[in-house]
Amino acid sequence: MATSTSSKPRLATVWLGGCAGCHMSLLDLDERIVDVLNLVDLVYSPIADIKHFPEGVDVTLVEGSVCNEENLHLARELRKKSKLVVAFGDCAVTGNVPMMRNRLKLEGIISAVYTEPFYREGPGPVPQPESGAIPALLPKVVPLHGVIPVDVFLPGCPPSPDRIWAAINAILSGGPIELPVEMRTFG
Amino acid sequence: MSVVTLTINDKLVSAPRTATLLDAIQDQGIDVPTLCHLKGLSERGGCRLCVVEVEGSPRLAASCVTPVAEGMVIRTHTEKIIKYRRQMIELLLAERNHVCAVCVQNGNCELQTLAAKLGVTSVRYDYICPDLPMDASHERFVMDHNRCVLCGRCNRVCDEVEGAHTLDMAGRGIHSKVIAGMNQPWGTSRSCTSCGKCVQVCPTGALFKKGSTAAEMKKQHDFLLWILDGREKKIWRWS
Amino acid sequence: MAQSELDRQKQFRCRMLVCASTPCISSGALAVEEALKKAVEAEGLQTEIETVATGCLGPCSRGPLVTVQYEGQPDVAYEGVTVEIAPFLLAKHAKGLLVPELDNKAIPADWPFFAKQKKLVLAESGTVDPEKLESYVARGGYSALGQTLREMTPEEVCNEMVKSGLRGRGGAGFPTGLKWNMVRKAPGERKYVVANGDEGDPGAYMDRTLMESDPHRVLEGMAIAGFAVGADQGYIYVRGEYPLAAKRLEKAIRQAERKGLLGSRILDSNFNFRIDIRMGAGAFVCGEETALMQSIMGRRGQPVPRPPYPANRGLWGGPTLINNVETFGNITTIITKGATFYAAYGTEKSKGAKIFALAGKVNNTGLIEVTIGITLREIVFDIGGGIRGGRPFKAAQTGGPSGGCIPSEYLVTPIDYETLQRLGSIMGSGGLIVMDDQSCMPDVAKFFMEFCMDESCGKCGPCRGGTVQMHRILGKITNGSATMEDLSKLEELCIMVKETSLCGLGMTAPNPIYSTLRYFRDEYEAHIRDHHCPAGVCQFTEKPLRIAVA
Repeated sequence: MATSTSSKPRLATVWLGGCAGCHMSLLDLDERIVDVLNLVDLVYSPIADIKHFPEGVDVTLVEGSVCNEENLHLARELRKKSKLVVAFGDCAVTGNVPMMRNRLKLEGIISAVYTEPFYREGPGPVPQPESGAIPALLPKVVPLHGVIPVDVFLPGCPPSPDRIWAAINAILSGGPIELPVEMRTFG
Repeated sequence: MSVVTLTINDKLVSAPRTATLLDAIQDQGIDVPTLCHLKGLSERGGCRLCVVEVEGSPRLAASCVTPVAEGMVIRTHTEKIIKYRRQMIELLLAERNHVCAVCVQNGNCELQTLAAKLGVTSVRYDYICPDLPMDASHERFVMDHNRCVLCGRCNRVCDEVEGAHTLDMAGRGIHSKVIAGMNQPWGTSRSCTSCGKCVQVCPTGALFKKGSTAAEMKKQHDFLLWILDGREKKIWRWS
Repeated sequence: MAQSELDRQKQFRCRMLVCASTPCISSGALAVEEALKKAVEAEGLQTEIETVATGCLGPCSRGPLVTVQYEGQPDVAYEGVTVEIAPFLLAKHAKGLLVPELDNKAIPADWPFFAKQKKLVLAESGTVDPEKLESYVARGGYSALGQTLREMTPEEVCNEMVKSGLRGRGGAGFPTGLKWNMVRKAPGERKYVVANGDEGDPGAYMDRTLMESDPHRVLEGMAIAGFAVGADQGYIYVRGEYPLAAKRLEKAIRQAERKGLLGSRILDSNFNFRIDIRMGAGAFVCGEETALMQSIMGRRGQPVPRPPYPANRGLWGGPTLINNVETFGNITTIITKGATFYAAYGTEKSKGAKIFALAGKVNNTGLIEVTIGITLREIVFDIGGGIRGGRPFKAAQTGGPSGGCIPSEYLVTPIDYETLQRLGSIMGSGGLIVMDDQSCMPDVAKFFMEFCMDESCGKCGPCRGGTVQMHRILGKITNGSATMEDLSKLEELCIMVKETSLCGLGMTAPNPIYSTLRYFRDEYEAHIRDHHCPAGVCQFTEKPLRIAVA
């Protein structure tokens, strides 16, 4: 589907620091997902096996907050290559659950996962950043607009399929992207 | 009862001389956002969301604490005020950990609703992410400082309606905090009657019934006028 | 009493006045006084020379200060007197010896620091012994109260204040006479008079000095006010960090009560007036009048919305007159010398003299009292003796965290309430901090914002959250992680916090940012765009996290 050369709008979806729930909700559009895919070319997505973020993207939905260097890098790259960036779901919009680690010390977080988890034993010693095994965590988690300008905010944890549908329709029809009050709530 | 006339959003209206601006505005069916105000409690004038423009005054007036006056000309929804209200909500969302998705009050929260209503799509200020505790020492209720907006409704209902004055405020500025008793675990406070009024008037998930999980907590404010009307006016609305 | 004290003082040929207010005490004035006394005793001159601990002389950075009043000689003030040097004073003045060690310690009589000042409120500060009622009475103290009680009606007293043109010295400059009349006319069974001595601006100590140096003057002013508005109870709210002021006031109240100058049937009239001290507990916001009243009543020190104004409903619901300590310091002068005399000083709209605490990068720091309308240039370059190290003057901050800065192009404008306001600053309570080219304006704004953030009471959202966010943005500007978007966010916040906050603290908290942006915007932009701090203060260790729109 990414190989089409038609003049349909090019859509990308990106998964940063989040639980993938927003993408699940996107897939939960049911049969409307077919309509969406008829309207756009999906050129980059965690649900499609594409390695590099392509050039000339019209709309990018970004799930998740910016938690580590890799997130930061990708966020900056997608901003440069996208016309319209949508903060997709609460993590991207508000920082949400990933941001709850901001009150904790960074070192403790990694060792809590690798060497001193709540249950029994962790996967082993903390990987060193230079090994390249895991990207370095940012000192503080920030929402997407903390690192790049964001054009549209689509809140919700996750945004319900109806919200997503309304937003995508508004975006693709080129009209003003203002959701009704009940579709604007965080959470 | 003597009456004054004033102009609200270009419309000439009358209001009792003893009314506040907010009363007069709400009488007209105009929706002005409020947070610390709750009918039945004394006014605090702290959240500042209900500010309005008063012609001829260099300052904005918090309508909940401003008495009406003859000939007043006020505007409730100018572009400037709408913008200020949005900023105030953003400041509130940024100063503590309002993680709606995992909050007991998700879907029933006054702060969440106000944010959506006022068009707050994102918070442009830095999230402070303070390290705040929860107090679950009470046998029936939990106090979660992460969700508190310091509106002081719980303080006032505890003092003015229940008469216990268990809850109060300590600290100042961003470090202000609702405390129980002499700043002790709520469960150890001997003045608390466990009446739960504070929980019901709390606009957010800062006070909730123990055992509630995400989005389960719903609050009822109507008990307050029910009690007060019965107590003061001997009007009991049983149905 | 005045006569007997004067007679007593006449027995001495020489009086050595040791400044014993907080700055001089901290540089060792009490030891100097002790040393002087010992030296006098050693010489057996107790009957001829009197050593007196007095109030503040002004040039605080030069303490300990000693003034020698010798019969038939002009008074000489000495700076930096140490325990070792103290006996030389005796040698020089009592024995007429030449003491070369003292030559560079004597302050010349025509020193501009003194010559350019006009002391109306601090007139007796430095000559009276603040712990001795007789000393105050000997200089004409309590004659104003007597005159008021004998010869004037409350209405006449208030009108005298109106005529004098005195304006509130707490900062806002509300006409004092108008306020007194409001309280006088307000219906109420019990009325109160409150002196606000909760001086909290960083670097300001006008009220402390007045309370320490001439406590009776404040008490007398309050009693006259009590008579004028019909109050029988006064409170003087002293900042918690001023133990010496509180101690001296307490002593003064006791002395005055014993002599029938306070309490019941004052000076055998029908007027009763009690004064009690209330100590603050370290909150800046309690200098705000409604918060101060809450604190006096034993409640949490947070402002409450006005109206009702204190003049109508203040302490315990009664009409309450609140004035600054310094305002009360002006009252006796107006009564004894007349409103016309007083109104001869100052500008058309701002009368009298104002005390400033001159601090920062000037050669002579200290406490000064100048006629309102004096130019900033005279204060900085004549009284202050110019900038330290001959560096260029950059700006002066007036009004502390609620005020703003005045850049060098306005050095020539007269200092009064209206002019300062027009320049984006305020008169404030009298803090005046002089800055040279090594002061970084965003950094200065950050300092004041940090103060406001710490001192915000937390009751209203805009001030509580707004000061924190403004401080963060200033932090980003000074560490290199801000973008131009942050600057516009900062300006937006300034306006919002100013317009929507509950009390004066929040309404004025953005002022230092406002005024530094007004005059030194390029400095902010240099920080953000070029990571360059013109004053060389800021270290740019961070980079912006957010990238700008492509």
